[in-house]
Amino acid sequence: MSTKPYKRKQYWNEPQMGWYERIYLPEILRGLAITGGVFARNMFKWMTGRKGALTTYYPEETRWDYAAGNRGKHVLTRRPDGSPQCIACNMCATVCPAKVIEIEAGFDPADTAHPKFPVRFEIDYSRCVFCGLCVEACPEDAIRMAKEVPNLPADDRWNMWLGKAELLEWQPQSDVAKPYPPAPAGAPKKDRA
Amino acid sequence: MIADLIIALVFIGYAISVLMGFGTILTWVERKQAAVMADRIGANRAYIRIPFTQVKLVWWGLFHGMADGLKMLLKEDFKPRTYDSFAFAVAPWVVFTPVLLVFAVVPFGGTITPAALWAPLAGIFGDRSWPMQITTLDAGLLVVFAFSGITIIGAMLAGWSSSNKFSLLGALRAGSQMISYELVLGLTVLGLILIYGTLDLNAMVRHQSGTVLGFLPAWGIVYQPFAAVLFMTAAIAENKRIPFDLPEAESELIAGYFTEYSAMKMGLFMFAEFIEIAIIGALFTTLFLGGYNLPYMSDAGFAFPGGAALAMPHGAAVVTQLVVFLAKVFVVCSFQILVRWTLPRFRYDQVLTFAWKFMLPLAIVNLVATAVIVWAVQA
Repeated sequence: MSTKPYKRKQYWNEPQMGWYERIYLPEILRGLAITGGVFARNMFKWMTGRKGALTTYYPEETRWDYAAGNRGKHVLTRRPDGSPQCIACNMCATVCPAKVIEIEAGFDPADTAHPKFPVRFEIDYSRCVFCGLCVEACPEDAIRMAKEVPNLPADDRWNMWLGKAELLEWQPQSDVAKPYPPAPAGAPKKDRA
Repeated sequence: MIADLIIALVFIGYAISVLMGFGTILTWVERKQAAVMADRIGANRAYIRIPFTQVKLVWWGLFHGMADGLKMLLKEDFKPRTYDSFAFAVAPWVVFTPVLLVFAVVPFGGTITPAALWAPLAGIFGDRSWPMQITTLDAGLLVVFAFSGITIIGAMLAGWSSSNKFSLLGALRAGSQMISYELVLGLTVLGLILIYGTLDLNAMVRHQSGTVLGFLPAWGIVYQPFAAVLFMTAAIAENKRIPFDLPEAESELIAGYFTEYSAMKMGLFMFAEFIEIAIIGALFTTLFLGGYNLPYMSDAGFAFPGGAALAMPHGAAVVTQLVVFLAKVFVVCSFQILVRWTLPRFRYDQVLTFAWKFMLPLAIVNLVATAVIVWAVQA
């Protein structure tokens, strides 16, 4: 074992405290003045009806740099007559890594162009990973993702399923892929309170 | 006799509600003030919904304190398998009760004459008057130190009986730190006792309602600015708050001596800390900031330095004194919270070095200087 005495390493920017810093009290007062000044400034802003904080109230407000291509809630697109563009091919349900999409297909012989349609189209948002593979897989551009997130805090996981009606009628504020077609005149309106 | 009883009960009720109120409000003030100081918003989501309506009262997050209290009451009260479960159960109360008892000798207003407030009260109270203070003791300050000394036993008990090394280390730190700073606290106050010549807190406040040099209010902070700084520092250390929160240093000791406590027992430790903030505020107000009086004010009214005087009716004086006391205490509490969110934590050896090698000599120098000056003035 070496008996060399321990020599403390000297750094090039070793902090140098003069007597003024060593009294400690003036420096404390300076610190208190800084924090107190920030407090006074922010408090004045709050009391004059402005926001004295950098925080964004998240669900109510979004930041200016909120990603325009954010993958949020799903939207089922419609044909001009209001019926869903989905042909119930199950490709989205197949590709879904979290297996959250459930589709029950129906048959409509009157509609010769696309006789297959979804009777049920449900997404379990408690398990969805928002990967966007369903949008990629869809051959009909029937499913898209808007940038708004499904604001679905619920006390039961069964309340976190969204069905066909909600996915069809939810009007997002924006859709990055294409402008969302306006709802046709005869489309059923559901009141989402 | 019955009048004394009624007055005592009213004062005790007032004191307890003030302390509990301060304890509850300060949890909110601490959060919000810290948030505003750090450009944040702070807790603002808890609300109370008025039944059968959709009206949600948020009130700037004031209800977060209630939510916390409810949570603590409903949580599992986990008991560790310890060799001394009695001490474990009793420790939070040993911390909590003395903190409340300290307020018994602190005057929260001048004298009150019930008959002068409302004439029909003369039937019960006669024309007697009472100082607004739970007990008027000649040894007021000594009682304060005696009771706040008991808190140390509670912290040590909690640490000992938890059967946990972190708790024990925290308790050892708490014990050595609190005893060291208790000494400093006592020595700083001795200077004031020399000047005022009394230990009775109410007499001290009456002494402070005059003026010095013709215009300055004769507050303790004017006589003893140095002692005021030392007292504040030692009091924060005594309360184990940042920058002196070594007994509870999270990064080293989890929560220190109350690591093993859960639910409302842990809540009691926290609550005692917040009430102690208010107690320190009340003591600092009483000793250094003129107590319940505004500058130039006494029980009779204002006597301004120019010779002008303003008499106040008894009711107005009583209400002013109560409100002024609460306001001053609140300002001092807010200052303590400002300190807590500004300064970083000491290292443990620094805390004790600071107490014994820096604060104690300064306190003694201050005491000697005061004694010499008081002797010179009186001679």
